[in-house]
Parts: sequence; C-alpha cells; structure tokens
Amino acid sequence: MDTKISFILNGKSRTVTTDPQRSLLEVLREDLQLTGTKFGCGEGQCRACTVLVNGESTPSCITSVGDVDKQAVTTIEGLADGVKLHPVQEAFLAEGAFQCGYCTAGMVMGMVGALNKNSKASETEVMVEMQKHICRCCSYTKYSTAINRALAHSGKGRA
Amino acid sequence: MKTKSPANGMPRPDYEEPNYDELVRRVDYDFGLNRRSFVQILGAGLLIAISLPALAQESGRRTGSQGARNLAARIHLGEDGSITVLAGKVEGGQGARTELLQAAAEELGVPADLVQMILGDTSMVPDDGGTYGSGTTPRTVPVVRRAAAVARDFLVQFACAQWQVERGTVEMRDGKIFDATGKQSLTYADLAKSNDAAKLFEQAMPSDIQLAAVKDWKVLGTPVLRPNARDIVIGAHQYPSDITRPGMLYGKILRAPAYDAKLAVIDLAPAKAMKDVVVVQDDQFVGVAAPNSSIAEGALAAVSSMAKWTATPQPSSREIYDYLRQNAEGGVPPNPYADELAGAKVVRQTYNVPYIQHAPLEPRAAVAEWSDGKLTVWTGSQNPFGVRSELARAFHLSEDRVRVVIPDFGAGFGGKHTGECAMEAARLAQAADKPVSLRWTREEEFTWAYFRPAAVIEAEASLDASGKITTWHFININADASGVDTPYSVGKKNCRHVASKPALRHGSYRGLGATGNHFAREVFMDELAAAANADPLEFRLAHLENPRLQAVLEKVAKEFDWKGRVKKKDANLAAGLACGMEKGSFVAAAAEVEIDRQKNSLKVRHVCQAFECGKILNPANLLAQVQGGIIMGLGAALREEMQFEDGKILNASFRKYPVPRFSDAPELDIHLLDRPDLPSAGAGETPIMVIAPAIANAVFRATGKSVTAMPVRLA
Repeated sequence: MDTKISFILNGKSRTVTTDPQRSLLEVLREDLQLTGTKFGCGEGQCRACTVLVNGESTPSCITSVGDVDKQAVTTIEGLADGVKLHPVQEAFLAEGAFQCGYCTAGMVMGMVGALNKNSKASETEVMVEMQKHICRCCSYTKYSTAINRALAHSGKGRA
Repeated sequence: MKTKSPANGMPRPDYEEPNYDELVRRVDYDFGLNRRSFVQILGAGLLIAISLPALAQESGRRTGSQGARNLAARIHLGEDGSITVLAGKVEGGQGARTELLQAAAEELGVPADLVQMILGDTSMVPDDGGTYGSGTTPRTVPVVRRAAAVARDFLVQFACAQWQVERGTVEMRDGKIFDATGKQSLTYADLAKSNDAAKLFEQAMPSDIQLAAVKDWKVLGTPVLRPNARDIVIGAHQYPSDITRPGMLYGKILRAPAYDAKLAVIDLAPAKAMKDVVVVQDDQFVGVAAPNSSIAEGALAAVSSMAKWTATPQPSSREIYDYLRQNAEGGVPPNPYADELAGAKVVRQTYNVPYIQHAPLEPRAAVAEWSDGKLTVWTGSQNPFGVRSELARAFHLSEDRVRVVIPDFGAGFGGKHTGECAMEAARLAQAADKPVSLRWTREEEFTWAYFRPAAVIEAEASLDASGKITTWHFININADASGVDTPYSVGKKNCRHVASKPALRHGSYRGLGATGNHFAREVFMDELAAAANADPLEFRLAHLENPRLQAVLEKVAKEFDWKGRVKKKDANLAAGLACGMEKGSFVAAAAEVEIDRQKNSLKVRHVCQAFECGKILNPANLLAQVQGGIIMGLGAALREEMQFEDGKILNASFRKYPVPRFSDAPELDIHLLDRPDLPSAGAGETPIMVIAPAIANAVFRATGKSVTAMPVRLA
C-alpha cells in the first residue's frame, strides 16, 4: 500500500508516495535519481549503500524507506558544501584511495558517520566502523592512509 | 631531444597470449527478433562531435586487434583546443584510463589535464581488443603513444610550413609549438582549423615515428591521479548500474533453481495481470520489467511460484577433485620420465585449487535501449566489442546496429568478459519498448557469473645427490596453461594443462590458472627444498637463471631479512616465500604468518613483495595494483572457496563467502623495481600470484606438514 513519506534529504524536505517496505536505497536511486549510493549486496554486508540517517551511518539496502519518515537523510551527493569537499572526501581524493571507486561513497559515509558519533574518535574506533565495508579491489592500505589523513585533519579542529 | 623509445623494435613479450574469448562458455541467447522496436527516444548524445569521418572500424576480431587504421580514429583535435583520445580499452579500477591519458599527453607534449579519454564506446573508439591479459600496458599504451607522436609531428610540420622554417628550429613547450624567437606559437587548435588537418589525419599511420625517450618523460612515469577521481568521491560518476534513461524500467530475470535445470512448466498470467509489468518469455528465458525494482521483484516472485523445473544430477564441491580427475580428457598423463627415476630422490604431490568467484563490488549491470531497430547498451564489461558481437548474434543484427558503451565500472578482475546481462537487458527492453535497467543481485553474481576454474595439479620431480632438480612433471587438470611452465632450470620437464569437464561455468581471473599453478609450483619447490635439505631461498636461487626473477627474489630476501627471520625461534611465527613470472612481469613475496594452534587459525602479519614490470608508467597506480593484488590474493589463500551441491551454490553471499576486509590487511612492505631500460608490462594480474604459496610455505615450515590445497588450512 503506497504511503506518503516525508523526510529531509540532503538538507531539503522531500516527500515520496510509495510502498514503505521498499528499501531506502531503491527509492534514492530509482525515484530520486540519487545514484551515488551503490548497491553491493542487498543484505548490509558490504556497506556500499551507506547513507547517514540523522547523522548515523546506515546501510540503506536493509533500511525501509518507511523507517526514515520524518528523519534526516544525507547521501554522498549532499556531503560536500557546494564545491568545497567534506574533509573525508578531500582525504580520500588526495590519497587516490580507491581503484574502481564503487565502494568509495559508502566508505566516505561510513567514516563521516563514525566521526559524527565521536568527533574525537581514535583510529581504532573508526576502523571498527570501517571493518563493515568491503573494497573488493582490496585497496585497504591506501584507504587506511586516507582515513588517517582525514583523522589528522579532524584532529586539527579538536584542539 | 628524442631518441628511439625502448618500446620500438622490442621483441614481443616472451609469453603467448591465450585466446581469452574461448576460455569461457558463452551464454548463447538467441532472440529471434521477429518484432521491431519502434521506440522514439533520442540516441545517447555523443560526448564530442566527431568532425572527422572514418571512425567505423573493422569488426569481428576481438583479441589483440590494434584497431585504429588512421589518426582520425585515435585522436580528435577540436578547433576549441580540446584534445580527445579514443581507445577501445575500459576502466574497471586497474588504471587504464589514467595510463592511456598519460601516454597520449606525453607524446602530444601537453599536460595530462588537457586530454580527454573516451574509452569503450564501440560507436566511437577503435577496437583495441578486450581489457584483459595485462594487455593495455604492453600493447595499447604503445599504439596510443605512436598516434600521439604522429599528431605532434603533424603540428611540427604545420608550424614549420607556416613559418617557413626548418624542423630543428621549433620547440614544443607547455602544449604549444614556438619558433626560434619564442614570439610566435601555434597550438593543436590551430592545426585543427587548418585546411590540411582532415586529410593528414585520414592517411594511414606512419610506422616509424620517434617516441619520447624515457629520460625526457614529463607525464609518463609520474603518479597522475585518475581523471574522474573527484566525481567518484562526490558520487557523481555514473557506473553502468547508475545509467538512467527517460521512461526506463527495471528488470529481473527468472533463474533456474539449479545449474542446467530446464523450465518444464510456467504460467505467466499472474505476473502479466500486474499493473505496469512487462513479462517476456523466449524459450528458457523468462524476465520481467516494471517501473521500479520492488514491483519487478513482486512480478518475478509471481512467475517463479508458477515455474516447474526438470533437474539433472550435478557434481558437488565435496567430490570436485575426483570428478575433475576422472573427467580429464585422455586421462591423467603419466610422468614421461618414470623410467629414469630409479635411484633418484623423488617427490610427488597433488594440489587442489577450488572454484572461486571474482565478486566485483558492482554486480553485472546493463541499461538497454532500442531506437529504430538500433540497440544501445551501457554495461560493465571488459570486452566492449565482444559484447557487441554477442548482442548482434543474439538479436540477429549487423554489428553496426549495435552500440555498446562501457562507463568506468565497478571492477572485473577477469570476471566480466561476457555480455549475458547486456543481452538480458536488451531482450527486456525490446519487449517493453522502453529502456530497461538490469542489475544482477549479489546472489546472481555469485551463481551465474563464471568462476575462476578449479584445478587438480599433479607434480612429480626428481633430485640428484647434489640437490639439483633433474626431472619435472607438472600437470594442471581443468584450469588452464597460464603459469603451468616453470621458470626454474629443472633438467627435463613436462608441463601441461589437460582439459576436464568443468563442474561450473568457468573463465578468466587475474592471471587465469596462474594463481593455482603458481601456488602448486611454489609450494612444491619448498617440498623439494626440504627433501634436498636446503633453504627455500638458496634452493630457488640455485635453480634460477632469469636475472629479472632473481632480482625480485633477492630484493625480497634482503628487505624481509630472510636469513635472519628463518633463524628466529618463535613457535607461533613462521616465514615463507615464493616467486614467479607471468605476462612479462616478475614478482616475489615473503610472508610472516602467525599461527594459533589452539584456535587452529592463521593470521598473516607482514608481507614483503618485490615487483618488476619494466619501466613504471604510473608509480601510484602500480603501487595500488600490487597492494590490492596481495590482499585480494590473501582472501583466496585463506578463505575463498565455492561450495556447491545439486547444482546450487551454497555460499552465494558475502556473509558466507568472506572476502578480505580492513582487518585482513597485513603490514605491507612493497618494492617496485623500476627498469627504464625495459618496455612496460601490465600489473593487474601478476602481483596476486605468489602470496598464497608464500603463506602456505610459512605454514609448511611451522608445522612440517605439506600444504596441498587452497585455501590454506592448518590441519
């Protein structure tokens, strides 16, 4: 049964009328044309589909769109401030952290979610979160460098 | 100052390129095409307007073709100063886009960011063969370099004619050509505007063009970042599964419950009754398309519940190695040196290598659109012209009515040579009269994509009293011949691949069968070393003559401190090493493995790897390939293995098929040996090949028990 679902998406309020059981990932990609969030497995195992729900990193493939009614959702497309990249995006770009890049949006959102949870998160705390993500190109070494670069940046703001 | 490039006149690499198209059994769809599609949708606007004609390429050859018959087919100069380079290769994360861009920019004499690369669009690019077999670097980079050098030469000729000066008086600087005074300059845009440009670009390519000398390189040899990297971090790059067309539907395909099960009964009526749903059946092919994936899934469930299947017995993973051996074509060949082994020390061993999946993070995906009987498909494949042929065959179209576009896609690893998803999407789009997007599920990708072949490898060798190998018999059953030969001096040798009856549909992988063959050979070398009472490093060096392989092995031994580490007395830490060569590149690795006997588990702590592939074209990308290859290889070494029974894959998910994650990444100490004096070879495959035997050899040293299978287990 189609339902009206309203949520804040990348800072703007959006309403969709659809089956609330559909995954958030599907609605983002197919109804809202936000294809930056990727499908990888459909069961929350690879986290290519990670978005932020109220700032918290969430696998959108196993989240029903009905569950984000009246919540705030941020996707990779909503992370940069205009042309100014988020520091995590900046770090991943500067390090050329990825190979095919298909996991990158999820990785970025996963790390932003970890920093949202604790802006002073240690490397270990962040890696616990990142452990949920799969990079099949296995670019983990460069990602780790990029993660540390982003942590160093966020550390500057900690003082 | 230019000198002849080392790439010119070099002998062909000393390996034979297998015919990759034959390694995988194609899904032979045949869609009669009795109906015509009348969809009136605009074609997918070309990224650039090609002003020069003659882009149509010879088709039909899918391997190793060096398709650009003239410069117009390779390089487009815009009057606005744009420079566009066209290549039939594709980008799946391995770095083809960047290195081809660097190759073009280097020879054109312009900065990398002035060049735009168009890859893998069959309506625009030359057929450069598929992107596999580590072929982009040794074969396509040189042809792109030559074309760019020709374009640069045209600019020089043009400038000299304009200024009525000698060639030696002009100089190329920052993408412009200057006269001796430095006051007059001309650019590629000026050349593009000239009357002669079109004619120049249409003539056959001269074969004797000078390339920039390595010592003068400004762009090649540097760590240029992937040009679309920014789009990737902001989520703007459109992968094949992200392509959206007006009015597009989402498709699902009915899959058999088991391999080779045949559809006996089906009732499409319930699905057809569903609103906005298109249902199509063509013999065994049944699919649905709907305005969104959920509706399509619902329709598929309705179809599926009405389907009855006839199954046939299928081999299971439990008996796979017996099965492959029993079905070896012509039987398992005996050791031809059996009569000579009397009195010699003989070692024999059998190694088992399982089926594994590539599991690229982006599953197969395609968007198909018909317009006036012409078909356009955007898809993720390593073989754009091969997919075009498959589509033309399936739909009985001439190839000029099919356009295949390969956006940079979510990885392949040798697993995306084929066009099954493209054909399925095209059949749905034909039935729906609308564009259709089809993206396989993870389970489909694990089940219906082809696998890295399993293998049984039989090895037997003899040693003389001095510990020298005198005979070598090495048979790979089922996988393939890549890496089956040995780089060691072994006296008499018999190295062969014997085909078997594949239990699963198999095809390419990084290095094809070379991962299994290197595993078996390098583990066997440690067994021989033990039999000869020799150190594995010394034993290898005593049997090696290839200086490039010696160099990587010695580098690793030094950096890993092999001699020091093997003396360490730590019951829980063990070291192993391995080396090999493949596709013109050379690799050696040493691994330190922590062994927990109580938990019966292994942890790879540290890997030192040396890699050499001639002159390095992009050190940052090469490092990524080597790091990624090691960690991906570690997954296959420790965990990856398809389990199947009754025609069903039992572990078709990341939950049941655990691929490497962050915590698996060991400390890496990587040494890239640059050889400016040698032509560049590819690096997408060879770096993966020796991590598994290095780990296995560490376990062998620690436990004294032979390791005879991948994945490596303690007991």
